[in-house]
Amino acid sequence: MFPANTNYHRAGSVAEAVQLLAANEGAKVLAGGHSLIPAMKLRLAVPEALVDIGHIDALRGISLEGGSLVIGALTNFATIASSDLVQANAQVLAEAAGVVGDPAVRNRGTIGGNVSHGDPASDPPTALTALGATYNVSGPGGERSIAASDFPTGLLENALQDNEILTGVSVPALAAGCGSAYVKFPHPASRYAVVGVAVIVGVDGGSCSSASVVIGGVETTPTRASSVEAALVGSDLGEGALDAAAAAVAADFTGDPMSDIFASDEYRRAMAAVYLRRALGIAASRAG
Amino acid sequence: MTTRVFSSGIRRREDPRLITGRASYTDDIKLPGMVHAAILRSMYAHANIKSIDTSAAAAQPGVIAVYTGADTEGALNGLPCAWLIPNSDLKTPAHPAIAKDRVRYVGDAVAVVVAETRYQAEDALEHISVEYEPLDAVLNPKEAAQEGAPQLHDDAPNNLAFTWAVAGGDTDAAFAEADVTVSDVITLPRLIANPMEPRSAVAQWVGATGELTLWNTSQNPHIARFLTSVVTGVPEHRIRVIAPEVGGGFGSKIPYYPDEAITAFCAMRLGVPVKWTETRSENYLATTQGRDHIEEVEMASTADGRITGLRTTVYAGLGAYLSTAAPGVPTILHGLMYSGAYDIPNISGTIYGVFNNGTPVDAYRGAGRPEATTLIERLVDVLAAELGMDPVEVRRKNLIPKFENGHDVATGITYDSGDYEATLDSALDAAGYSSLREAQTAAREEGRLVGVGVSTYVEICGLGPSQVAGAVGFQGGLWESAIVRFHPTGKVNVMVGSSPHGQGEETTFAQIVAGEVGVDVDDVEVIHGDTDLTPMGWGTYGSRTTAVSGAAVTLATRKIKDKSRALAAHLLEAATEDIEYEDGRFFVRGSPDQHKTIQDIALMANVAWDMPEGMEPGLEASAFYDPPNFTYPFGAHLAVVEVDPATGQIDLQKYVAVDDCGVQINPMIVEGQVHGGVAQGVGPVLWEGVVYDESGQPLTGTMLDYALPRADGLPDIEVQSNTTPSPHHPLGVKGVGEAGTIASTPTVYNAVMDALRPLGITRIDMPLTPEKVWRAMQDARNGG
Repeated sequence: MFPANTNYHRAGSVAEAVQLLAANEGAKVLAGGHSLIPAMKLRLAVPEALVDIGHIDALRGISLEGGSLVIGALTNFATIASSDLVQANAQVLAEAAGVVGDPAVRNRGTIGGNVSHGDPASDPPTALTALGATYNVSGPGGERSIAASDFPTGLLENALQDNEILTGVSVPALAAGCGSAYVKFPHPASRYAVVGVAVIVGVDGGSCSSASVVIGGVETTPTRASSVEAALVGSDLGEGALDAAAAAVAADFTGDPMSDIFASDEYRRAMAAVYLRRALGIAASRAG
Repeated sequence: MTTRVFSSGIRRREDPRLITGRASYTDDIKLPGMVHAAILRSMYAHANIKSIDTSAAAAQPGVIAVYTGADTEGALNGLPCAWLIPNSDLKTPAHPAIAKDRVRYVGDAVAVVVAETRYQAEDALEHISVEYEPLDAVLNPKEAAQEGAPQLHDDAPNNLAFTWAVAGGDTDAAFAEADVTVSDVITLPRLIANPMEPRSAVAQWVGATGELTLWNTSQNPHIARFLTSVVTGVPEHRIRVIAPEVGGGFGSKIPYYPDEAITAFCAMRLGVPVKWTETRSENYLATTQGRDHIEEVEMASTADGRITGLRTTVYAGLGAYLSTAAPGVPTILHGLMYSGAYDIPNISGTIYGVFNNGTPVDAYRGAGRPEATTLIERLVDVLAAELGMDPVEVRRKNLIPKFENGHDVATGITYDSGDYEATLDSALDAAGYSSLREAQTAAREEGRLVGVGVSTYVEICGLGPSQVAGAVGFQGGLWESAIVRFHPTGKVNVMVGSSPHGQGEETTFAQIVAGEVGVDVDDVEVIHGDTDLTPMGWGTYGSRTTAVSGAAVTLATRKIKDKSRALAAHLLEAATEDIEYEDGRFFVRGSPDQHKTIQDIALMANVAWDMPEGMEPGLEASAFYDPPNFTYPFGAHLAVVEVDPATGQIDLQKYVAVDDCGVQINPMIVEGQVHGGVAQGVGPVLWEGVVYDESGQPLTGTMLDYALPRADGLPDIEVQSNTTPSPHHPLGVKGVGEAGTIASTPTVYNAVMDALRPLGITRIDMPLTPEKVWRAMQDARNGG
């Protein structure tokens, strides 16, 4: 509960933050601190230095630009969950942000920190992956963007290069007729997702024209449920079709499984099917 | 109107300072020159210590001293166990404050660093190198008691700390003659008490006078002083223990710990004040835990559901060492309660107290009684299922009929008063029991898993007659004392030896004084928690403070009232027997206008200008109260749950608590105690339990993994109460601090098992986590 000694730097701009990271080997970016500080207090993380980006106001806020939601890295979950723009254009993300942790966590934790930390049991990355979001990154080599689906490279590992900072996420607005939902089985202690399911379905002419299904908590990175998506597209999204689609999920778990004393990998897979079916029902009812 | 404040639900007077952050806890203490201790704890559950090298740590910035067991050996006596259960072959292996040769649980103290700041002390811990030789560990208390298990203490073969038996009637005959017998195995998981405030100690040694002051997060500062004297060798009259604000304890702040002894040792060696405060991580390793029972239970009955016998074999895990009160919890506070609310003529139990490589286990809210009530109430439901009877009807058939002054049960104790069927009826009425059963039948037809659970309970509290304490091996008394002091302005200080830490006695004791002599509640200040300011007392635990300490306050106040009457008679020039009292006024019978208020009396007694012949000045009284018997609160609780057939998740939908804790001084506080107690008792059913791996590493080391009850997992708790006064208590009160915890564990467990009964599932070990329930359902559906 007593972090090791570290050096603290406050960045006034993204450029300065990148410079500070480059100048301090072993430095970590501090935003809302809701993943990093607990790890430091347990001395599981012992960074040489902290680069606090929490005062860069340009990284805060939500806007709709050219058909995409642009959400600054410092935007907290409560803001995202209650945002009219997010609710109207990416309901699945609003729902995911609204079930992170508890109210105190949602008022303090940031989307950028959450995505960068990349806990496989966290809610927003699952929704963002389903939405086809891209992550905006600044680094010594300038700016680039990384697709959400390409971002995680393993358990708590991601595609950020040395001294790069995630500055925001861009989320394509859902097309008219799409229905989406995020449904979660929270761990009773940590409130992380034992299983979190993000579903987006589009309807055109009475049948499913598009589907995006991503599941968190079951594997070390979010699982794209391609078999489920294939089963949904072209179907009538009726009860039978949704049952069949949910049953198809078993084939989609091909990555590294997650297991702990609360929920085995077998149980997580079984619950993924149950929660997927529930999410499909909600999303389908919202489509069209 | 002031007298009516007794039995009214006035707001707690301690709350404004507590909820606005203005209270001062042990860790808030700052003394000139104070330095900070941090304790290195074993990472191994069981290992020999080959060597310890502290030289690098000693060279770290700010480090003042590093001590190991080699330093404390000889300077500190071993930690004593204070409840030496007789006739139990009790073993009390050495418990050094700092382990020297061997560690026996993850969290055992190995060394202490004292530094100028806490951060420096924590940093230096990482520079102590300890060479361990790991040994096999054992955690399951039944496995630990088997031959061939890893042995913790050379002087406790098969890890047996004690073997204790309770017997009444002829149980073997009852089982031989029974129409029906049922059995079950019940596990009560190991629980972490989780008070909001972690433990802390500040020690100040004045070498010139030989005086030691210890600020400590204690539920019983007078016991802490006594045991500090035993461990440090400082004479008791030169030790002052102060428990400032204490942020909850739930039993975990009863014991005397190595940590306060180590803190005192450091202060005495260094001659400067030393503070130690545990982190939450340390709290999860080194603060005593609760329960850890494996209970093998059988019940015998007639064909029509009359219970004729109860037989148990219980393995109670005690952790690596005997904590202060540990042996009393699974014996006196558990086995003696095996009759519950029922007339069971034949009872026998064997309780094995077993050392295992876990954190020491001691009292935790309910302390032995949730473990007893769960086994009785579970078996009643198992019996009802076997007989095809409604579990409520089996209970009704066996309840002890209403009694007002004494009922003996087979375990040898005498309940004080009870009307058990009345609380059961109240709970059933409040819940609408018959319509709940109808709704359940309808739900089952839809394939839904709805369950209704009912439990009655009787608990033993108001601990207790000191003569009994001595007879059962408690190394202390269990009486309480109080001083009530009226100042010249009519304001009152009450000094008590008990040590409330969240229970609200600063309010309820003021209500007692107000009710007895008619002062305003706000004119009474209750002082507790400082051995130099308060008279002797044995502490706050076991739902005893209001019952025992409150009785002392009552009796002291009545002495004040007697003296006031005599003084009023003198001032009113009347005979004492002609003086009447009402609402704070003493007057000559028939002439209420001619009166003296209690404030008039207080002023005159203090200035003493006009006192009757032979009357001492002052208006102050003390009383020592040793209760003639324990008190036995009781009640009936009901819960409704629904289990999700797809996931195993349990939704606790309804909870009704009907408790009879005797006369209530403050019904709002009673309700609050029931609320918190119910939540804590539901914890082990649905969420809570320490998990160790095979090597003895705790896997529930933080609140990320150890699931506490939270508001969103609980329904509105409907609280009702009946009032059956205790016949032997001056106010008729019994105590309510643990009632909710005692009743809610079996109530909710029974409800879940009732929900799962259509699937043929009869038992699942607590906590009933979704995966366990899901697996049981999978097995049942697969014909298991």
